[in-house]
Amino acid sequence: MPTTRRQFLRLAGGVTVAGTMPIVTLRPIEATPAMLNTAIRNVVGEAQIRNGKVKLDIPPLVENGNTVPMTVSVASPMTADDHVKSIHVFNEKNPQPNIGNFHLGPSSGRAEVSTRIRLADTQKVVAIARLSDDTFWQVAADVVVTLAACTEEMN
Amino acid sequence: MAALINVPAKAKRGEIIEIRTLTSHIMETGFRHTADGKLVPRDIITSFACRYNGIEIFRADLFPAIAANPYLSFFTVARESGKFEFEWIGDNGYSSTASASITVE
Repeated sequence: MPTTRRQFLRLAGGVTVAGTMPIVTLRPIEATPAMLNTAIRNVVGEAQIRNGKVKLDIPPLVENGNTVPMTVSVASPMTADDHVKSIHVFNEKNPQPNIGNFHLGPSSGRAEVSTRIRLADTQKVVAIARLSDDTFWQVAADVVVTLAACTEEMN
Repeated sequence: MAALINVPAKAKRGEIIEIRTLTSHIMETGFRHTADGKLVPRDIITSFACRYNGIEIFRADLFPAIAANPYLSFFTVARESGKFEFEWIGDNGYSSTASASITVE
């Protein structure tokens, strides 16, 4: 039987509704900017965080929040006297504000780490580097996510 | 258990080399529910470490926001021939190891 226009539209409408549902139901459980600040303060303490030195490579628009490639690099000579001790990555709206902590040293040679992360919503990602002189440097990037990760139903 | 490690087989002394690792793990966030509303318990890798001839050169604390089958890439200075050892530790007593060797000229 050939599909009528009416059947086709009903079907297309159903797909659209099902497609947008998870995004709507995700809203209640998410970290808040306040949780992000708390998580950052847990790592940084009272120290001042300056902008710069850190570079965060992440796509500005991702279709699938389940696996988002991300590279953090820090401008540093990576010598015994002047190197990056650690890199900390945070998010604003996942259920939990932490993404990962990466510990490096002068033997790293280059202060660069790549991984793949999950993003539950369109949000800000923050990367903070701790240098050997215990100064903190940060950068933030905004990412638009069309399909969320983390909290969807299991099928 | 399965892990993919990418380390150059040979390097010049003092050269900065990239190490890439991929391991298979579900990284269940602990925030998802089944269709009947039950919370799926968290099951993630929480820690990764890389040792170069016994000395730790890289360590990472992982959280549920790391994608399934965690991929990590980082750098080190090739200083001597020897072995890289990798270790992943996670929830429910999860532990997995891998190693790779390098010749430094």
